[in-house]
Amino acid sequence: MRLTLHIWRQRNRNDRGRFVKYEINDVSPDMSFLEMLDVLNQRLIEHGEEPVAFEHDCREGICGCCGMVINGVANGPEKGTTVCQLHLRHFRDGDVIYIEPWRSRAFPAIKDLVVDRSALDRIMQAGGFISVRAGSAPEANTVLIPKETAELAMDAAGCIGCGACVASCPNGAAALFVAAKISHLGLLPQGQPERHRRARAMVRQMDREGFGACSNHRECEAVCPKRISIRFIALANRDFLKESLAPSEATSGKAKNAKK
Amino acid sequence: MHRVAEFYRSTPGKKFVTTVTGAVLFAYVVLHTLGNLQIYFGTRMLNAYAGLLHSVPGLVWAVRFVIALSGTLHVVAAVQLTIRNWGSRPIRYMVQRYREADWAGRTMIWSGTGVAAFAVYHVLHLALGSVHPDFVPGDVYHNVMAGLLVLPVSIIYIAAVVLLGLHLYHGLWSFFQTLGWSHPLYDSWRRAFATAFAVGVVAGNVSIPVTVLLRLIS
Repeated sequence: MRLTLHIWRQRNRNDRGRFVKYEINDVSPDMSFLEMLDVLNQRLIEHGEEPVAFEHDCREGICGCCGMVINGVANGPEKGTTVCQLHLRHFRDGDVIYIEPWRSRAFPAIKDLVVDRSALDRIMQAGGFISVRAGSAPEANTVLIPKETAELAMDAAGCIGCGACVASCPNGAAALFVAAKISHLGLLPQGQPERHRRARAMVRQMDREGFGACSNHRECEAVCPKRISIRFIALANRDFLKESLAPSEATSGKAKNAKK
Repeated sequence: MHRVAEFYRSTPGKKFVTTVTGAVLFAYVVLHTLGNLQIYFGTRMLNAYAGLLHSVPGLVWAVRFVIALSGTLHVVAAVQLTIRNWGSRPIRYMVQRYREADWAGRTMIWSGTGVAAFAVYHVLHLALGSVHPDFVPGDVYHNVMAGLLVLPVSIIYIAAVVLLGLHLYHGLWSFFQTLGWSHPLYDSWRRAFATAFAVGVVAGNVSIPVTVLLRLIS
């Protein structure tokens, strides 16, 4: 296959960055997108040039490292797929492909296609702990969870934190990521004690990181490699509204008044 | 900080404000449209309806107050959110293709600006009459007919209603999602609801200037 690549090259955070054009003609349709970049990088190294920096780890679609925007779509043209699981057979011979990093104020550039997504980690940290016994392993099935509930929670837990939702959102919002994380614990019995407090804490951190606001464009859902539904955004909104406007009497900070 | 203040500072909080105030404005638009359509029942009917509204003490001013308050909150929260959103991606994509985000949704700030500007003009034109060529206080039927027979004015009215339709097409759907009203049993009706009311409001209100221009009523 012959492909023309326009790849975003940026030496470091302070470099302005630019597109560099690469012609590549020795790749097979069976290669993954990342393998195509490997071939390109090998050639660059042989020519004494700096290889294209991109993030990758598991290469089997479960780690969430390898996000990039391919021809204007986060994670490329295939639905429900990470870049490592995207194969060149989905492109045509002679295609021109623009490859860009995730672009968001909250994801500062590191190099080329690599951005710093630790804003997502800080949102997770803000969510805090869940109340579980940390001693010896509990007896299996001590806490019974209906299968449908477990599956819904697993749908949310499928989020691999790649950030495609942020990258694709016209507003640069992280609503789908945050909603998946809020819902996945909020749906399970183990997540109940801190459920609403967690929603408020995670939303507060999300806003601090400089993400945009959700306008319900549904673009995140369309590019999510794990096909996480925006229904979770509605669920998370409910938890956040509850905690913000009508928090539990026990946690609203005015509980002591009840003694009077 | 008080919890309610903190709520308004958050992005979902501001979105909640735009949604609730948007619902109030939408309810007004529906009632206003139904009122407008009485033009098809003739002079007496429309003027009697206008007279009825003004005969209830305080009704007109109460409605004006609620609309002004809702409109102000709606605009302030929406502008704050939009400014934030514009700043969330300092370097834009060279190529950006949307799979789902539709045109109506992405242009909410502009359709909203258009509708807000029209609302001011509309009040000056048909409520206060200050930009009306031949305004007769109390004779609503005459004012509408005489006002809309001016072609550029009719075009402004039609364009504004189409913008409002685009705004409602996204806003009415978005309303449910923002409030967390999502449920597998009802989700498919949200799109239908938004489309039906957007089309209904546009059809009802566009029909009036068109009918007047074609002299189907006089």
